[in-house]
Amino acid sequence: MASGNESIKKTILVALALCLVCSIFVAAAAVGLKPIQKANKALDRKQNILAAAGMLEPGKSVDELFKRVETRIVNLDTGEFATPEELKAAGINPLTYDQKAAAQNPKLSRALPADEDPADIKRRAKYAPVYLVMSGDKINKIVLPVHGYGLWSTMYGFIALKNDYSTVVGFGFYDQGETPGLGGEVDNPNWKALWKGKEVYNNQGKPVIRLVKGGVNNASPDAVHEVDALSGATLTSRGVTHLVQYWMGKHGFGPFLAKLRSKGVQ
Amino acid sequence: MSEVKKVLFGPILANNPIALQILGICSALAVTSSMSVSLVMAIALTLVTAFSNFFISIIRNHIPSSIRIIVQMIIIASLVIVVDQVLRAFAFEISKQLSVFVGLIITNCIVMGRAEAYAMQNGPVMSFLDGIGNGLGYSAMLMVVAFFRELLGAGKLFGHVVFQTVQNGGWYQPNGLMLLPPSAFFVIGLIIWVLRSAKKEQVEEPEFKIAANSRAQEAL
Repeated sequence: MASGNESIKKTILVALALCLVCSIFVAAAAVGLKPIQKANKALDRKQNILAAAGMLEPGKSVDELFKRVETRIVNLDTGEFATPEELKAAGINPLTYDQKAAAQNPKLSRALPADEDPADIKRRAKYAPVYLVMSGDKINKIVLPVHGYGLWSTMYGFIALKNDYSTVVGFGFYDQGETPGLGGEVDNPNWKALWKGKEVYNNQGKPVIRLVKGGVNNASPDAVHEVDALSGATLTSRGVTHLVQYWMGKHGFGPFLAKLRSKGVQ
Repeated sequence: MSEVKKVLFGPILANNPIALQILGICSALAVTSSMSVSLVMAIALTLVTAFSNFFISIIRNHIPSSIRIIVQMIIIASLVIVVDQVLRAFAFEISKQLSVFVGLIITNCIVMGRAEAYAMQNGPVMSFLDGIGNGLGYSAMLMVVAFFRELLGAGKLFGHVVFQTVQNGGWYQPNGLMLLPPSAFFVIGLIIWVLRSAKKEQVEEPEFKIAANSRAQEAL
């Protein structure tokens, strides 16, 4: 050890120099890589939307396929597409709108009382993005973002509906932290395939789709609203039921979907 | 040359940081449920250990001993943040699975331990090799644990199906416990047993001797 290392002057000098060098190093990496990271996130999201809608084709670029998808913002309180003036007032750009961040912003969201919050999401953003798969100028499929609490984690996913706004085309989570092998089986392609063709709403227009323990009895008249629960994952299964019913219900996309169904909102 | 060899390959079997020194267990439990994730974690830790050793060794004669741990931590933390950022940019899927564990390399005892025990006393090149060597020891252990956990827990290796599981119409009934972190304890324990049976010098002196059985009368 060189002498004089222990003096106060040297100690402060070394600490300062080190901090300066390290901070430049870290900042350079963070700033330099930011564009690539952002692109990754956006691509991942698009890929999940396409996967839910069953439009993912191997060998084709995600961006290319996503050209058929139109992103719109819905006002969940009124159940209408948000008007351009409304979006301007709220400072929202439909292409970059982040529902997760908006749910933390008091201006764009509200806290949910316990009895209105079966999915345990605490706060709900006023606006939600929806993804319309168009064929010509008509809506072919619609993809809706959903989220809610399972056993350990908030699960984020997409549900895709046919243009009767009740039949499920696809369902899947893109972010969850449930127990691998048990609740984590929500990512199992075989389980996700069970959702296809199920009906969200009953004849009274209530969202009744749910997971059932012990397997669906195909002879029962309710089978069209039922999906097998995950074995060994009761709480995750319950969470999935709650979050789908919440987001399809009157505090979620319910009013919006009802309007689409009755008159076809443009 | 033999010194280089000892520094580089010693930690794989003879002086394994996980099996002999029982360091870095936390991440060994957490990330070993799949081999590809373990591999990325192993590479990340090896790079961080090597470069932190290297940089700490370069400035070792200028580090005031009163703040030496802080200095080591800053260097390690900076490297870990950079690794995390790089993963997010170039291996997005894997970084999602590793989530918090890349950040936790900062607190990995192997990195700190090598910085304090080796890099503070040795030159930069040897320190760098020491970091690589210990990283290899960690990696070897992680890959072996992950091999058993992924194969027995999911019937796969590197995500490729080896045993067709019952759920997917095959014959293999996967062992769900192997996918949960506690199973890594069993696997690591078994490896340590095998290692110490083969290399007797790794067996530790017991700290306490268990007394011979007391007579039956005393127990009554």
